[in-house]
Amino acid sequence: MTDFSQAPVLIRVEDLHKDFGNLHVLRGISDVIHKGEVVSLIGPSGSGKSTFLRCLNRLEEPSSGHIWFDGVDITEKKINIDLHRQKMGMVFQHFNIFPHMSVIENITFAPVLLGKLSKAEATEKAEQLLSRVGLLDKRDNKPSRLSGGQKQRLAIVRALAMEPEVMLFDEPTSALDPEMVGEVLDVIKQLAKNNMTCVIVTHEMGFAREVCNRVLFMDEGVICEQGSPRDLFDHPQNPRTRDFLSKVL
Amino acid sequence: MFDRIIRLLSRYGTTFLGGLGTTLLLALISVGIGCILGALVAMMRIGRVKTLRAIATTYVEIIRDTPLLLQLYFFYFMLPDILPQLKLSKFTCIAVALVINSGAYMAEVFRSGIQSIDRGQTEAARSLGLSSRQTMLRIVLPQAFKNILPALCNEFVAVTKETSLASTFYVGDLMTQYQVISGKTYLVLEPLIIIGIIYFVITFTMSKLIAVLERRLKEDD
Repeated sequence: MTDFSQAPVLIRVEDLHKDFGNLHVLRGISDVIHKGEVVSLIGPSGSGKSTFLRCLNRLEEPSSGHIWFDGVDITEKKINIDLHRQKMGMVFQHFNIFPHMSVIENITFAPVLLGKLSKAEATEKAEQLLSRVGLLDKRDNKPSRLSGGQKQRLAIVRALAMEPEVMLFDEPTSALDPEMVGEVLDVIKQLAKNNMTCVIVTHEMGFAREVCNRVLFMDEGVICEQGSPRDLFDHPQNPRTRDFLSKVL
Repeated sequence: MFDRIIRLLSRYGTTFLGGLGTTLLLALISVGIGCILGALVAMMRIGRVKTLRAIATTYVEIIRDTPLLLQLYFFYFMLPDILPQLKLSKFTCIAVALVINSGAYMAEVFRSGIQSIDRGQTEAARSLGLSSRQTMLRIVLPQAFKNILPALCNEFVAVTKETSLASTFYVGDLMTQYQVISGKTYLVLEPLIIIGIIYFVITFTMSKLIAVLERRLKEDD
């Protein structure tokens, strides 16, 4: 297992809280994610793992606490969050592919609009990405023709086209038919192998064990336990972790 | 009756055409500018700024809950009163009133269209780094537009027909010309049938055109 403690820090979270009215969803989360790390967030539903992930790019506005991304405190009100989001790719449970654009436009759209790449560069890059995930022949199709697994692979490369420094996955396989889970996980594995920093909310324990460097177990808005997959899955210390694992493994 | 219609047409053809022109112009103005106004008001209504939201909601409610004829009278007398230096014509005052009226209805159509788009679309766009404006213009509105096309078409047709109320102020639209011609010829039914057919042709063509557009957009999927 690679040791990432010497790698540069990419994201630092300090005492993050989030409440929705009376509902206190995150109750003080602190963590450090290093460059190249692949971290998975596991835990029972309602434990706050998705909310935590969505706070990282402020799709969910934290109620208090700080998040430093690349050394910048992105919870500051004054900063332009759009610029930082360009460097944080996100993949959603329900794909959220843009249905009014062709497959390739889904990918080229943001880099071109945001002035990151020229139209020609973006197209070339998109074609590379599409062939990497086996979708090049769908290039000019409308997304409605794609299967769930294909849509999710498209969503992943759409985010990659912005050349992000970290990829956030919010239950990327939960809405997929079982036979399509593998093809999406394979793409994420490939990313992890190429040292892309990934934070993944998942219910796929086998995947978390195989691919991740670190697993965080969350329950009731806090990180109860964390460690290498081997430690956490085979020798859980916290009784709540044990209880959860006994139900899902 | 048929030959009287023919005679009316040959004698007053240009008058009918003039009325058609004015009606089309009024319809175009109220539909076109009303659309833009409606889109803006819809943004205000779903936006985050409380005062804008309150203003937009008040506007929509007032317009929807008072008769159009009353609004026409109101602007007809109010505008020249508060802006005498502009020397507004009758036509302008009526056009303004029609725009303001159709804007409120369009705003509701746009709002429902925007809210029909899944939040995930916005989140995906924002996560890529798009601003909220870019997201609205490039992701939400194009999709919303497709959804609201049938409702928008209803609005277009309704607005076009409602321009006939402008004849109360003799602005020269089709309905005004009817009054003129029937006053001169003492014929009632015949000119009414003629302008009825003209109205029908305008709105029928409009809904057919939109139906074609709708089918085109659907094939795109």
